[in-house]
Amino acid sequence: MGGADQRIAPIGRVHIAGQDFVPAADSAASGAEAPELIAAPRTSRKDYPNVGVSSRAVVWILAQLHLFFGALVLAVPLFVLVIELVGVTSGDERYDSMAHEFMKISLTGFSITAIFGGSLALALFLLYPDFMGYMMHVFGAQWLVYAGLFFLESFFLYTYYYGWNAMRYGNLKWVHLSLGLLLNGAGMTIMVISNSWATFMMAPSGVNEVGVVVGNIWEVMKGPLWNPINLHRFIANIGFGGAVVGAYAAYKFLSTKDMEKRAHYDWMGYTSNFIAILAFLPLPFAGYWLMAEIYAYSQQMGITAMGGILAWLFIVQAVLIGTILLAGNYYLWAGMSRTEGSKRYKPFIGFIAFVLVVCFLTWVTPHTLILSASEIAQLGGSHHHILGPLGIMPAKNIAVNLMLIVTFLSFQLYRRSDKVATVSWAPIGNALMVAIYVVAIVNIIFLGVYYGYFTNTVYKVGSSVAQVSSTLVVIIAGIVIDSLMFKNAKTLPSHWGRIPDRAQYALFALPIAFTWLMGLMGYVRSSVKTHWHVYTVMKDNSPDNFIPTIGYAGNMITIVTVLFLLFVLFMFWVASLSGTKQAKPETVTEGGVA
Amino acid sequence: MTVFFKTIGFSIGLALIFTLVTQLLPQVEGEAPVETKVDLSSLTMDDFVAMGEDLFMNKGTCTLCHKPPPIGRAPDIQGLDMVSTSAERLADERYRGESKDAAGYILESMIDPSKFVVAGWGKKGSNDTVSPMPAVDKAPIQLSVMEMDAIIAYLQAKDGNEVTVSLPSPEAAAEAAAAAPAAGGAAAASAATAEEALGKYACSSCHAMDSEDPLVGPGLATVGARLSVPEIRQSIVDPAAVITEGFPPAMPADFAEKMTVKELEMLVQHLAEKK
Repeated sequence: MGGADQRIAPIGRVHIAGQDFVPAADSAASGAEAPELIAAPRTSRKDYPNVGVSSRAVVWILAQLHLFFGALVLAVPLFVLVIELVGVTSGDERYDSMAHEFMKISLTGFSITAIFGGSLALALFLLYPDFMGYMMHVFGAQWLVYAGLFFLESFFLYTYYYGWNAMRYGNLKWVHLSLGLLLNGAGMTIMVISNSWATFMMAPSGVNEVGVVVGNIWEVMKGPLWNPINLHRFIANIGFGGAVVGAYAAYKFLSTKDMEKRAHYDWMGYTSNFIAILAFLPLPFAGYWLMAEIYAYSQQMGITAMGGILAWLFIVQAVLIGTILLAGNYYLWAGMSRTEGSKRYKPFIGFIAFVLVVCFLTWVTPHTLILSASEIAQLGGSHHHILGPLGIMPAKNIAVNLMLIVTFLSFQLYRRSDKVATVSWAPIGNALMVAIYVVAIVNIIFLGVYYGYFTNTVYKVGSSVAQVSSTLVVIIAGIVIDSLMFKNAKTLPSHWGRIPDRAQYALFALPIAFTWLMGLMGYVRSSVKTHWHVYTVMKDNSPDNFIPTIGYAGNMITIVTVLFLLFVLFMFWVASLSGTKQAKPETVTEGGVA
Repeated sequence: MTVFFKTIGFSIGLALIFTLVTQLLPQVEGEAPVETKVDLSSLTMDDFVAMGEDLFMNKGTCTLCHKPPPIGRAPDIQGLDMVSTSAERLADERYRGESKDAAGYILESMIDPSKFVVAGWGKKGSNDTVSPMPAVDKAPIQLSVMEMDAIIAYLQAKDGNEVTVSLPSPEAAAEAAAAAPAAGGAAAASAATAEEALGKYACSSCHAMDSEDPLVGPGLATVGARLSVPEIRQSIVDPAAVITEGFPPAMPADFAEKMTVKELEMLVQHLAEKK
């Protein structure tokens, strides 16, 4: 400290003339007790270390891989627990073995998640030190709780997995199921805690406008987007996890000629697809809630995502979701060849495929086209006369809801294909089901067309809720009616393993599209913050503080998807090692091993 | 092994198709706003209007919502003559602001958009009393007083109306340069009035100015009756010395370093008169 830096610091308090001096709360003492007021740092470019490559790209890859594996290892124990429970209640041991196999193939995933998590944290502290310093300050002791939960999760994971056969029957089975529940509890808590960091960055709460913490940790965590993201990730994880283990089953199916093994892996693939598609169906509704909350928090942020430069991204999203639905449906149709009763429903497939394709094309129709002056003149405006109206949300809402409804129809037909209802009211039940489909479809189209094109914008948004409700009514009514109608139904012969090899490729398309979709949504979730580390509170002044182009994002997403694929293969390979035993060499001869 | 290569090939091929789709779409980069330096000594009104238009389209993010129907989520400002529209709104019985002219109305609607909400454009459930528009002088947009003036100039000039806001003076530029913070922030000119200083230091983010309702900090409608002039001064320069009971110690402690003496005194006098 040189002399020039010295400043005169005032000592004591100001005493106002004419008034009694009130020593009251001693300022030194109160100063010691008062929490330290730290505003969010204001960084400049030089505060970001330059490591020669884009810091954002490094963090992007590590964060995405961590999230992919995190999603997988959170989801697998969830449906494993459910499958195990089904095994207990149905008494069918095949379920129990399959649940155990699902756990086995994802076990290495826990370590891979931790390795990428650690690498991500290191990269963030190295590349974004001020930002991480601020986040550590805001979340404080929560980090310790987070770290502590890993110990708990590991304990439950290993006792659950390694105790599987030791606690297989009787009361011990319930102890085992409880361990699974606790494993899921620890995992879910880890997820919601880490979600709070992401949602704090998007919509900070518990801090004032300069980033000073003014609330307790609960107020910091419970921002407006926390629960929508929690729900969205919870559902999406299940779909994603189902899709990944489905690829494992498909690979195993294709790799063997043994009919018994093919039957086993066919059943495993079917169950995985069932989980993936079932979780996928409500996902758009969770997404809708999330977007509604984003708009309520900041209309500007909502429009940046849906109507600003990120809007093109939703064309890619449509391609991905279209791929998922087409692959899921195709797999169900191909799977109908397993049962002899499926012939009854074959004519529906053409209708479903037609609706899916038309809706898919409607969904990918862009609203505004970027055109040259001569092209605009040729087109007579930047919107096409006939196709233009298909570019706006009402048309997309109709398309998405119809796609979900016909996907459910595929699913329902598949479930019915090996059964014949024996209840007396079956014709009425069928008529009721048809009526519900017809009314819902008419309602969805009417609401979309009337309120979307002939009334004010306000009603347009409101009507989409009624459309979604129609879809949900079909799904719920379908499940209820079928479960009652096919109780004690006559079962037709079904042959697991009797499915064309090409259908297995649908089970590869699903995880690739799911993984890519998660990567894409990560890009939009992070980009809506624009040039802020913590929206409105801490500016991002790093060299990468711009929203990259969709093409750049596409390249990054493919890189992380391929990397994920390679690590997943490694995980499966390690799992297969545990069941492989090298034969003992018999004798050693002069020439080597005989 | 064939199965291995077939499935890997299929998976990577599919990922590449998705990548291709992203390459076919328009490639737009979302640039972060750049702090531009303006030489005020040679600034003409035409430049100022052009600056306003640029701010309206880009940094101000106004066109995200203010678009022509049916895609707009707010009135189509570019399609309206804002001077005559302002006169209509000032005469409207639902108007709750204090402006007297178009320039004042436009400024007011930028920093406190709920003073007048155009029918049909209010927040859901607010019966058109609360605007969904963010205050543009606050984060994330953070327009300065000069930038808001430029937008007013643009909105007046675009329909051939007389521009009533004055150009920022070179003196203000000199003061702004002197007050430029070291940490990469925008240069902020010294406030000319107490109201400007209140806006510049975002006092109303945490304190209600027209009522005693507590926000983050206590309301200041009658602060002059509660505190003496020295106490008000102390509350600004050393806020931790006395903290009103029931409030968090959240007030920034660096106003003494940021404010000019003139700004501090203007604020103190202004608040002392609130009785």
